[in-house]
Amino acid sequence: MDMLTSLLMTTPELVLTGAGLILLMISAFGGDSTARIVSWLAIAALLSAGLTLCGLPGTGGQAFDGLYQADAFGVFAKVLIYAAAAVSILVAPRFFATTQGGMRAEYPILILFATVGMGLMVSAGDMLTLYVGLELNSLASYVLASFMRKDGRSAEAGLKYFVLGALASGILLYGTSLLYGFTGSTSYDGIATAMADGLSNGELFGLVFVLAGLAFKISAVPFHMWTPDVYEGSPTPVTAFFASAPKVAAITLLIRVVTEAMGSALDAWQQIIIFIALASIVFGAVAAIGQTNIKRLMAYSSINNVGFALIGLAAGTPEGVAAVLSYMAIYTIMTIGSFLCIMQMRDAEGRPVEDIASLAGLSQSRKGLAAAFAIFMFSLAGIPPMMGFWAKFLVFDAAVGAGLTVLAVIGIAASVIGAFYYLKIIKTVYFDEPAAAYAPAGSRIENAIMAVAATVIVLGYLLNPFLDRVTATAAASLF
Amino acid sequence: MGDYTIMNQLDFPILSLMMALPLAGALAALYSNAATARMIALMVTLVNFVLGIVLWLNFDQGPSAPQWQFTEYAPLFSRFAWAMGIDGIALLLIVLTVFLMPICILASWEAIQKRVSEYMAAFLLMETMMIGVFTAQDIFLFYIFFEAGLIPMYLIIGIWGGVNRIYASYKFFLYTLLGSVLMLIAMLWMVNEAGTTEIPALMAYNFDPKAQTWLWLAFFASFAVKMPMWPVHTWLPDAHVQAPTAGSVILAGVMLKMGGYGFIRFSLPMFPDASAQFAWLVYGLSIVAVVYTSLVALVQEDMKKLIAYSSVAHMAIVTVGLFAFNQAGLEGAMMVMLGHGLVASALFLCVGVIYDRLHTREISRYGGLSINMPKYALLFLLFTMASIGLPGTSNFVGEFLALMGVYQASSFVALIATTGIIFGAAYMLYLYRRVCYGDLVHDDARAMKDLSPRELAILLPVAAATLWMGVYPESFLAPMRADIRAVVERVAPAKPEGDAKLTPGTPQPASHDAHGEGHAASATSEHAGEAH
Repeated sequence: MDMLTSLLMTTPELVLTGAGLILLMISAFGGDSTARIVSWLAIAALLSAGLTLCGLPGTGGQAFDGLYQADAFGVFAKVLIYAAAAVSILVAPRFFATTQGGMRAEYPILILFATVGMGLMVSAGDMLTLYVGLELNSLASYVLASFMRKDGRSAEAGLKYFVLGALASGILLYGTSLLYGFTGSTSYDGIATAMADGLSNGELFGLVFVLAGLAFKISAVPFHMWTPDVYEGSPTPVTAFFASAPKVAAITLLIRVVTEAMGSALDAWQQIIIFIALASIVFGAVAAIGQTNIKRLMAYSSINNVGFALIGLAAGTPEGVAAVLSYMAIYTIMTIGSFLCIMQMRDAEGRPVEDIASLAGLSQSRKGLAAAFAIFMFSLAGIPPMMGFWAKFLVFDAAVGAGLTVLAVIGIAASVIGAFYYLKIIKTVYFDEPAAAYAPAGSRIENAIMAVAATVIVLGYLLNPFLDRVTATAAASLF
Repeated sequence: MGDYTIMNQLDFPILSLMMALPLAGALAALYSNAATARMIALMVTLVNFVLGIVLWLNFDQGPSAPQWQFTEYAPLFSRFAWAMGIDGIALLLIVLTVFLMPICILASWEAIQKRVSEYMAAFLLMETMMIGVFTAQDIFLFYIFFEAGLIPMYLIIGIWGGVNRIYASYKFFLYTLLGSVLMLIAMLWMVNEAGTTEIPALMAYNFDPKAQTWLWLAFFASFAVKMPMWPVHTWLPDAHVQAPTAGSVILAGVMLKMGGYGFIRFSLPMFPDASAQFAWLVYGLSIVAVVYTSLVALVQEDMKKLIAYSSVAHMAIVTVGLFAFNQAGLEGAMMVMLGHGLVASALFLCVGVIYDRLHTREISRYGGLSINMPKYALLFLLFTMASIGLPGTSNFVGEFLALMGVYQASSFVALIATTGIIFGAAYMLYLYRRVCYGDLVHDDARAMKDLSPRELAILLPVAAATLWMGVYPESFLAPMRADIRAVVERVAPAKPEGDAKLTPGTPQPASHDAHGEGHAASATSEHAGEAH
């Protein structure tokens, strides 16, 4: 395999890197007045990177001697990541206009670099590519979290994220070094070959540390502590981004590592995944009940949702992997939709409000927004006929199909606890007496994206045959 | 694709239409003003009622009729299909639903003044979901409708309910959700095992008896809450008391019947062994419910609460009838469900009539209403008698059949369950005495006007249906007889031995009328008894 073919397979990353560097120059010399054009160019870059996925990057196989894998699985994850990244750029200008007097041109660029990192994460075929991608994503994310640097909470979020993220990276690297020491390889294939003839103690320790490091990235219990603070402190468009794209990247990365590198050690990682799945579901649900800040609540909701997604992974079957992919697709839509609703929460002067109590009686002043809130919350709670139910249905189906009936029973019973706090928001929106009205409706773009997301969440069942087909293809490329 | 099929006597998808109409109506109502929303809701529900009549008239009750009629099939959703179809059991419950809906809309005509368009939309959405539950022939489609019905009901209780509505709405939602999610896991397991999502195929599939135990319990968790059975009935009084009148009507009239429908459609035919194994549990909970909730009803000061508790007692007679494993018991259970759907709805409407005037449900604030509201007193008396189960009213037929059925299975259970009728007479007559008889002691009650034409238009059709069902029950028994027999035959191999040792009489020549079939059914059960 020659260098050119390998490079062609990584076109999406090359496009995004190139675009990021050029836009960085434009913004460096043009200043913040170029923010608007830089944003649109960044979106164009994401779109063209997405289009290149149709070619060799989706079918090429292994590039750079297995360091990078261009397959259907990566394509699926990248489409979700690019879409989420583009939405996070689209919705940002209005938010920054009201909070710090205007959009800054660095924002879309940082998102682009984070996206390059995520692309590497999901396509990595080697622990080191994985690490480089992860760090690229993380470094951009740390800056994004503290993007409103004059805001104390934002700065704190960035610092916390950085310190804890560095700790997690250390754990992951330690696990990688153990795996390298005991298997003699950092490539997934090499690790898989070495693990095939039984799991030695050293390999087991390596596996545990790698999973612990990755659990931090997906914010699964017990490595979730950073999530509420970071979600609350970060600017809302950044929170929307954190809750969607990096989540998809980290989950799909986890899937690839456990199925490709550790496929033969199913028994070892399955129990870990089962534990963190149940712990995340229960903790995410219980801890969310007392929250009064909607962004904190969404942080716990994301912990809760990661738990459900992991139930599909615990099955360890192609059906399970396909279910997790469907879950992440639906989850991304619901989360972005919810955050778009949250971004509409602005007081009379247009400043963002995050208090759940301020939603009281929204249904009487803003019918459409209230309906959207209700749709997304019912969907996150997993109540049919919303698509959120279908996501849960698929992962539980996979778990039952793999004989993990008890896990499914406990998980679904715990979902009722989660339903309570989603219901609380709907109660506030629909049942309570009206509080002070919000500022009038936002931009057309935000409303349009919100409407599309809500429609997909309600009518998405018609897309089921398509979703089933693509997730099955993506999952099949791992096994 | 050639996979899309509509097979029925009308050659058009009437069931889908009956579900699409309210859905479209709901969207239209949501974007209209109050007056238009009311008219849209009334028109849509009336058209749906007419469609329900068309459905009933075209339903083939002949001896060679297919079990599933008006079937539609479209494999739209990859893992499950848009599969619709009804048998006689579903038909009657659909007719009950579409009959009650226009009444609900009319009952809310003046009582609901705030956020009318959303209210009407919620009710229309509710109708779609309820019809969906009774028509779905795909187990996951059934589940989706079964659960989705919670959303509009949650909003109806929470937005338009009484003082304590928020607590009631949470309790209603979370109780029923917890019951249902376990059922979903059982459904996933079953589909995984049997390899089909079609309800008729699953009804014929023989699950391993050991697995049946767990599956039955999971379904029981859902249906027992929905029914509701003691001791998981506590959401019902709260929900009923807080819900607006029409919400209570739908709750008592149709939503509770989903539990009974679930037992007859899923628990019994899909898990016959487990049903027999757990019959004692159902009997036990039911007889406790009959006695306990009747006594609780006796001491209520709140009219709606009293009727809510009486609903629990009546539903207990349904469950003993269902688990009698014979034709009489199951037919009786169905008749009680239909009769209770009418009578409990009518009683809630009666409460609503005087609540609209005095804005209190406290019994002691009324009294002597037969003096100034004679029309009201007459209709209320009729429904009170129907609730007690007086011969000539709907509930008598059902309760008599159900108790007769359970007598063959266990005379002790029948003995205790029958006390429910005596208790029923006690609490209902006591209620009626306190509300309608005696002197008009309260000035505000004296000033109340008798029924308006709108209220008469609401109550008279229900009264007529109650009497029809009591005087000529054959109209209702005929469509479901063959389907009930299919269920009885399905559970027959697992049927527990009854304690009634009937001595065989002289066999009568077989005849083709209804009575002949009734005898034939009891004759077979006698032979089964001898065999043991």
